[in-house]
Parts: sequence; structure tokens; C-alpha cells
Amino acid sequence: MQLFPMTAKGIESRRRGQVLVGPIDLTLDGQGACVVVGPNGAGKTTLLRLLHGTARLSAGQINWACPTDEARHHQGFVFQRPVMLRRTVMQNLIYPLRLRGVPLAQARDRARDWAARVGLEAMLDRAAPVLSGGEQQKLALARALISEPKVLFLDEPCAALDGRATREIEEILTHAKSAGTRLILSTHDMGQARRLADQVLFLLGGRIHESGPAETFFNRPETPQARAFLRGDIVE
Amino acid sequence: MVDLWSGLAQAFWLVVTLDAELVEIALRSLRVTLSALAVACVIALPLAAFVAVKRFRARRFVIAILNALMGLPPVVVGLIVYVFLSRSGPFGVMGLLFTPTAMIIAQTIIIVPLIASIAHQSIRDLWQEYHDLLISMNVTQGQKIRTLLWDCRRALLTAALAGFGRAIGEVGAIMIVGGNIDHATRVLTTAIALETGKGEFALALALGFVLIGLAITVNLAIHWLGRTEREGGW
Repeated sequence: MQLFPMTAKGIESRRRGQVLVGPIDLTLDGQGACVVVGPNGAGKTTLLRLLHGTARLSAGQINWACPTDEARHHQGFVFQRPVMLRRTVMQNLIYPLRLRGVPLAQARDRARDWAARVGLEAMLDRAAPVLSGGEQQKLALARALISEPKVLFLDEPCAALDGRATREIEEILTHAKSAGTRLILSTHDMGQARRLADQVLFLLGGRIHESGPAETFFNRPETPQARAFLRGDIVE
Repeated sequence: MVDLWSGLAQAFWLVVTLDAELVEIALRSLRVTLSALAVACVIALPLAAFVAVKRFRARRFVIAILNALMGLPPVVVGLIVYVFLSRSGPFGVMGLLFTPTAMIIAQTIIIVPLIASIAHQSIRDLWQEYHDLLISMNVTQGQKIRTLLWDCRRALLTAALAGFGRAIGEVGAIMIVGGNIDHATRVLTTAIALETGKGEFALALALGFVLIGLAITVNLAIHWLGRTEREGGW
């Protein structure tokens, strides 16, 4: 099953006649981490949701290398504020596997494995909604990765977390990346962008203002807005 | 006051001696109401989940109707069921009038809107919480509804208990369709109405206390089985 290259042509999201995002043309290949940066309201979240297919396209189209229905099956999404099922950690982890018809015993084995990878093995029987913010985000990440998606979208996954939790999450992400999962991640944290990015999309006013390999973007940004943004100036 | 005391005393003796007639009536009350509750839950809970997650044109209308029907007057329901089940009615040939089945039908009709409305409220709230996650996980409509019903189970228990409360204390409808026939369709509420009418206040009070005791016992039992207030914060 090959998802990439993915091409988006002229995609747009409009609400009440106002263009929130777009038009955007974008081609993504199947490796590494693509980090979406930009000021608040630039449309980072909406872009991720459009690509994932949970927000409605007002115009344009997105083509994966396989039929869209199948592509949806190999994607995961981690939200800024993790959504916990009102169940135990174990039941949260096996949920996506059970949806795919994995037998219970096998699903439990994989859940234990993933809980160990994200450091939640001692909490398998705890109720997920009472975990701390960092633990919830790690659980959300494990729950998204357990079904071995080809591409994982992350919408500011560390926005509400402290340094240690952020580092743990980044370790998991780096590991997933080297295991071949394509990461598409939006972030406010320039340090995080530098640490994780292979490729950067700089969004401004709903459009891609500048894009390119991470090294080029961070060291030799082309546009004045990107330079200002990287300096830490307020860009609108 | 004298009536109240002698009622209490009589209730005590009726219960302690396991009075045969009382046990029969109480068990029939339970049987009718629990059957109605089971049938109503099977109808109301999936309906509530469906209305909560599915966007269709008449959705608001259905919700408004469900809410309005919560206050359905039992006597009217009884009357309508009576008309439908009576000899000359469309279901007359089934011979259901003045049987416990008819009482179950009437009670089911009365509590379905109540259970569906309460369940809908909590399922809708949970759906708002889960929406993004479940959409992102690409779940089917059936998986979505099953997940919501399961994770909402505590709130659904409350909805079911509200339905039970309304059904067990209900007298107007089952009096009409059941007929309060001794050893056939007499239940606690209709027996209380009858004894009060006869001026047997003590016995009526005794039956009343038994009814209250029964309702409390069932509620406690269900809470205990459902482990509400014991684990988790939901």
C-alpha cells in the first residue's frame, strides 16, 4: 500500500464566504517530518484537517497514490487537546485495533508493547481521563501509532506540555519517523520545529508563504516575512 | 396520624409474613415495569444515539417531539392503547386487552420518550467530546453508536432509572388497559387506588410503603450493580 506522493491541488476551506485557508497547492512525498509553522490563525490546523479529510474541502482536490478511502485507513491524527475515551488506558489503546478487527488477545499484547514504549505500562488499568496532560498526550500518541499509520498528523501536540513531556513526545516522534511513519506536524515552538523538521511549510494568511527543506528555511529564509517570523517578530 | 401508624404497622406485618397476595401483586408490578423498561431501553437508547449523531432534516423536530412527549399524560396513552387493543380496534383479534402485555405496551409508550430524551442529552455531550477523534479514526456509523452507548453507560443508567420511576408509580394507563383484575392484572398502584376508593386507608398505605420500598430497593440494586459513584469520574 503506497500513500505517497500526495498531491493537493487548489484546496480551499471557506466558511460563510470567507476564505480560511487556500488556495494551496502542495505535493508531499513519503518520508520524514513536515513541519507546518506560522502565526495564530494562519490556518495550520485547518490545513492539517483538510489533508486528513476531517474538514470539508470547499474547492480543489487531494489525491493520494491510492484510493482516498484506503488512504484514510492508514492515517492517524493527534489533537492539540487529547481526546480520551472514557475507558482505561488499555481500552483506549486497543480501541483502534478492535475497530480494525484485530483479535482481543493480540490487541492487548500490542497495547502492552506500546504502553511500554511511551512509559505508561504502570497505568494500563487507570481511567484515561484522569491522567495528567502529558500522560494523556502520550497515550493519544500511542493510540494513534498503534495501528501503524503510514502518515501521522499532529496538531501542536506539545502546546500545553512542559519541557520533560515535550522531550518524551519528541523522542517517540523521532522514533516513529525513523520507523518510516510520515509526520505532518504543526507547531508554535520554533525549537521543536528545528529539532524535528525535515521540511517546512510556512503558512501566512491561509496560504503557503514559503516552503522548502528545513535546513534552507531556517538558515536562509527567502521571504522577509519568514525572516521576521524566525527572528521572533510578530508577523501578521 | 392513626391511619399512617396503622398503615406502617400493617405494612410491616404484610412484609414480614410475606403475605401471599402482597407478594403476588408486588411481583406483578415488578414484572410489568421491568419488562416495559427493557423494551423501552431497546427502543429508546439506539434512537437517542441515532438522533445525537445523525444529521437529518427532521432531527430538530424529532428532538422537540421527544422532549414534548416526556410529559405525555398516562391516562391518554392508556385510552389510546385501549382503543387500539379493544375488540373493535385494529389489534383486537390479538386479545391483549386486560392482560399484563397490554400494561407493558402502555408503560413502554409512556417511558420511551423520557428515556430517549435524557439519554440523548448525555450522548450528545459525549459525541461533542469524541467527535474529532472518532471521525479521524474513520469509524462506521454502527461502531460510532456502539462506542457512544458504551462510554455513556452510567448516564444511560440514570435515564433508565428515571424511566423505571415513572413506570412503577404509574396508575392511569395501566388501570385502563389492565382493568385491575384480581390475580390477573392487579399491581401495586392500581391496588392502592382501589383500596383508597374502598376506604381501606391502612391497607392502601401499607401497599404504598411497599411500593416505595420496592422502588428504592431496585434503584439501589441497579446503582450497586452499575458501580456508580465508585470508579472513575463519569
